[in-house]
Amino acid sequence: MEKNQSRMQLVAMKQSFFDQGLLDEQFIQLEELQDDVNPNFVEEIVILYYGDSLRLISSIEQALKERNLLDFNKLDTLMHQFTGSSSSIGAKKVKAECNLFREYCRAGNIEGCMKSFQQCKKEYASLRKKLEAYFQASWVLGGSMPLQVKKIKANP
Amino acid sequence: MVTTGDVGVVGELHVLAVDDSFVDRKVIERLLKFTSCKVTVVESGTRALQYLGLDGDTSSIGFDGVKVNMIMTDYSMPGMTGYELLKKIKQESSVFREIPVVVMSSENILTRIDSCLEEGAEEFLLKPVKLSDVKRLTDFIMSGEGKKVGGKRSQKRNRSDDCISSLSTTCSTVSHPCDLSSLSPSAMSSKKSRL
Repeated sequence: MEKNQSRMQLVAMKQSFFDQGLLDEQFIQLEELQDDVNPNFVEEIVILYYGDSLRLISSIEQALKERNLLDFNKLDTLMHQFTGSSSSIGAKKVKAECNLFREYCRAGNIEGCMKSFQQCKKEYASLRKKLEAYFQASWVLGGSMPLQVKKIKANP
Repeated sequence: MVTTGDVGVVGELHVLAVDDSFVDRKVIERLLKFTSCKVTVVESGTRALQYLGLDGDTSSIGFDGVKVNMIMTDYSMPGMTGYELLKKIKQESSVFREIPVVVMSSENILTRIDSCLEEGAEEFLLKPVKLSDVKRLTDFIMSGEGKKVGGKRSQKRNRSDDCISSLSTTCSTVSHPCDLSSLSPSAMSSKKSRL
């Protein structure tokens, strides 16, 4: 009984991520690749994503320290990687912020880059926190059971 | 002995995936394994060539090395891009040239797509790559379609529409309501001449 409630809470938590535009269809695609042999594939990928993101964020931070001598090409390349991996795990909002950064980069807009990078970091941190809570909750549930959530349309 | 283009002894395709992104390598590997392929993943074009025995260190004549049935490569990679890797493979005067090469990219840039197709790419996929994309590709290769004369031309899939073009043998240009453009004539003719 209690487990069912927890499971429902978990489903609701995940649905809220979709409703808030934090995650997109790609996340569901990854879940569909889970099976008995690979029950934690999504979490594994997300953990890889964290590591990758930290590295890229750090590199971008470093590159932005050049202030008025920004190497826009380098920044764009780094952000392209961050955008790519964000896209691969379905991190919709992070991806959107990254794309905005890249536009500022291409326009050579230093101020814009600085501001949107802060947004990228913010969105990333927020998503990470939520996903960590989500996976933690699913482990508590005996999380080797993959939870398939179809994107539930809002109740009429 | 298994030759390129033929399915492996146990009915398994061997796919070589090339991507500099750690996350993407994991995803493509899982996608391919999920569709029952044998997968080898490398992080660069250079590594890919080494794996195939095309890096000049090993003579491909009499090289009884690994055989792959398909190569999937990311486009944007440091050092050797996916496009450059594609060109190198297609310039081989051996069985390697016959291996279908699929290029993947997160960017929907038409000139990029066209040049890959002109260079002989089997298909250009937009990332993130979906299971349906991989299934379609593996089905295509398993069915031996690629060897048929007058066989299908490659497709590019537009991100804005999720409909998957059927693998038809017509040479007419693709027209989807949301397709940005059709294949350039040069791409089509080079594909035809390749067959």
